[in-house]
Amino acid sequence: MKRVLLSGNEAVAMGAWCAGVRVAAAYPGTPSTEILEELSRLPGVYCEWSPNEKVALEVGIGSCLGGARTLVAMKHVGLNVAADPWMTLPYIGVNAGLVLAVADDPGMHSSQNEQDSRYYARMAKVPMLEPADSAECFEMVGAALELSERYDTPVMLRLETRVSHSRTVVEYREDRRGVDLTYEKDAVKRVMIPGHARLRHPVVIERLARLQQESERSPFNRAEMRSTRIGIVSSGVCYQYVREAFPEASVYKLGFVYPLPEKALREFASHFRRLYVVEEMEPWIEENLKAMGLDVVGKARVPRDGELNPDVVARSLCELMEMDTGVKGGGWSPPLPRAKPPEEASLPARPPVMCPGCPHRGLFYALRRNKAVVSSDIGCYTLSVLPPLSGIDCQVCMGAGVGMALGLEKAFASSETNADKAGKVVGVLGDSTFIHGGITGLIDMVYNRTPSTIVILDNRTTAMTGFQDHPGTGRTLMGEETHALDLAELARAVGVESVRIVDPWDLAQTEAAIAEEMAAPRTSVIVSRRPCVLRERHQGAPYRVDAGKCDACKSCLRLGCPALVMRGDSAAVDEDLCVGCSLCAQLCRRGAIEEVGEGA
Amino acid sequence: MPDAVLAGVGGQGNVLSAKVLAETALRMGYDVKTSEVHGMAQRGGSVICMVRWGERVHSPLVPEGRAAFLLAFELLEGMRFLRYLSGEGTAIVNLYRLDPLPVLRGDAEYPQEALQVIRACAARTLEMDARAMAAEAGNPRAAGSVLLGALSVHLDFPQDAWREAIVSSVPSKAVEVNLRAFSAGAEYATAVNRPGRGGG
Repeated sequence: MKRVLLSGNEAVAMGAWCAGVRVAAAYPGTPSTEILEELSRLPGVYCEWSPNEKVALEVGIGSCLGGARTLVAMKHVGLNVAADPWMTLPYIGVNAGLVLAVADDPGMHSSQNEQDSRYYARMAKVPMLEPADSAECFEMVGAALELSERYDTPVMLRLETRVSHSRTVVEYREDRRGVDLTYEKDAVKRVMIPGHARLRHPVVIERLARLQQESERSPFNRAEMRSTRIGIVSSGVCYQYVREAFPEASVYKLGFVYPLPEKALREFASHFRRLYVVEEMEPWIEENLKAMGLDVVGKARVPRDGELNPDVVARSLCELMEMDTGVKGGGWSPPLPRAKPPEEASLPARPPVMCPGCPHRGLFYALRRNKAVVSSDIGCYTLSVLPPLSGIDCQVCMGAGVGMALGLEKAFASSETNADKAGKVVGVLGDSTFIHGGITGLIDMVYNRTPSTIVILDNRTTAMTGFQDHPGTGRTLMGEETHALDLAELARAVGVESVRIVDPWDLAQTEAAIAEEMAAPRTSVIVSRRPCVLRERHQGAPYRVDAGKCDACKSCLRLGCPALVMRGDSAAVDEDLCVGCSLCAQLCRRGAIEEVGEGA
Repeated sequence: MPDAVLAGVGGQGNVLSAKVLAETALRMGYDVKTSEVHGMAQRGGSVICMVRWGERVHSPLVPEGRAAFLLAFELLEGMRFLRYLSGEGTAIVNLYRLDPLPVLRGDAEYPQEALQVIRACAARTLEMDARAMAAEAGNPRAAGSVLLGALSVHLDFPQDAWREAIVSSVPSKAVEVNLRAFSAGAEYATAVNRPGRGGG
């Protein structure tokens, strides 16, 4: 037996490997990314970064039908992209097991919304397991694959940031099962024309009833009886918070969360005057218990937005528990600080920023100079929304910068009040996200004759999630060399007449290119190309400010570079941070900024 | 349960230091849980890591006011996460200031009183220029190992467990520097370790 500390994501990967998974597909997204990264390091598993989550799931459907145990991973918003195959897959069923690992992000550490993926399990009528630590991540992947095969259904493994990115102890034996099932054609079951689908939907409904019985028997669901005065229902990492905040409370710990073990929950409820439900985000368990007619308190006290933690759980329920039980604070007492610690709001924030030398900085500076209306999507460049660049007008999801630009342009074209903005619309997106969800929007733009400009911020990697390869980089997740998709050629192929490549470290060139393309009455694409500075370290000499020449006009500070500061009456460069991109020197009208080693 | 909170700025290496501490506690046979945040936080933002160990650990997140140790990799970040430190706890502070963007741009003031506030909230503080000590050991980026060395004096983990954890967690070419930095931190903490307020 090995006894190691693994993150939840690493444990999912190891559990999948031990359970004999042979094919895995994903699109990177925090907090799910490391699952495939870890799995790709283990032998005997085909792992791929797919162009987007929909393709990843389709690859997974094919491979499980082909007889290989399969893992597909994505973050919560990725499942929106994959929702189309997800909703019909349960009709088709599997052959070898298929697990979809979906990682939610309560508190939005690195996401644009707080959607609760549990609804996708119910909507698709797919069973869902939810681990509370890494040991359960490991165990549940294997259990989910067996469940998948036994019931001929995909299974959802629902993760959250604090499960995916917490390291906890896992004890396991490094054995790998061999699963290789025969492929046989079965068109009535797997070709969802209406006539076939009408036969399959009742099967899905009947299966759900059998899965409910399975949930009643599941070892992942258990009543932990302690105090008879407080009964709490919880699952996932929230179960850990409950144990921390109210160690004496009885807890029904759910692991097989959908379908719920209704009979077992009723039995648990019978011991208490009422139940408390502790869950993050939506009142999913709460609604189900209320529909069963049970007296429960949940989101009336426990916040529906933001992330929970032991303190939030304790503070939200302690008064009510004291009233219900007579025990002070329900057993929880607040800490006794030596002095009052500072309030977070009273301190200067330290938001994430674009790195010194980031190629996106010059591009957004040039867009601002051109007074562009900028629609964007999701990546490091989204950080340019912060002052001083304030470079983005709207952003919603991957690839959306293109479609939104089209819509803005059409609205402005027929507007009197916004006539001055017509022709000023620029959509921006990354190299990876252009492939993920931008290319179809660009086809629309050309097809429907839209005079907007699209900028592809091509930094040769998927930077925000930690430098994953994609179809444009020429390398696969397995580390093999492959064809590198040429984004400029792709844009030309869909009919964009003007496609040009600029270096965003050349401000004058970049600004002029944007001005020309914005003015031109046609769809155009600018590929802003320079590798991410974190990925390919620029070895240039740092710059410095000649304090004698600087007149403190602060023009250079408008770049929002963390290496530029005001020191007294002069701007100054932090030479430890500067990578020598020279943007500040290009902006300085007095020639006060020069490369270290040049001049005096 | 002697929880530790490691507060710093993305790129300072507190995620790695948290891993070393957790691996050491694991080698002592404890149940161990850590928590960290990836993604946005790594672009120069605040990064907080938590490490908990004991017979049985539930939450990977430390409740407020319960951590026995706060390792402040940077003064403002130490101040920001002081609410996790127990009134009986020890703050191990790197005397290092890194201005966040609002301060660089002149929109906010760096809190000059950071160290005083940390001292007021901690039962003990241990203060050192970990960056300079790490530079002397061979690389200023090993400052986290200096702080861990100082922490090691307050814990009963044997030196071998720490050494093994460093060897297994740190990239091989950086092991020697980190071991030297760890020793420097431990020696410093031993020298100033006395009842009441040490260091400073």
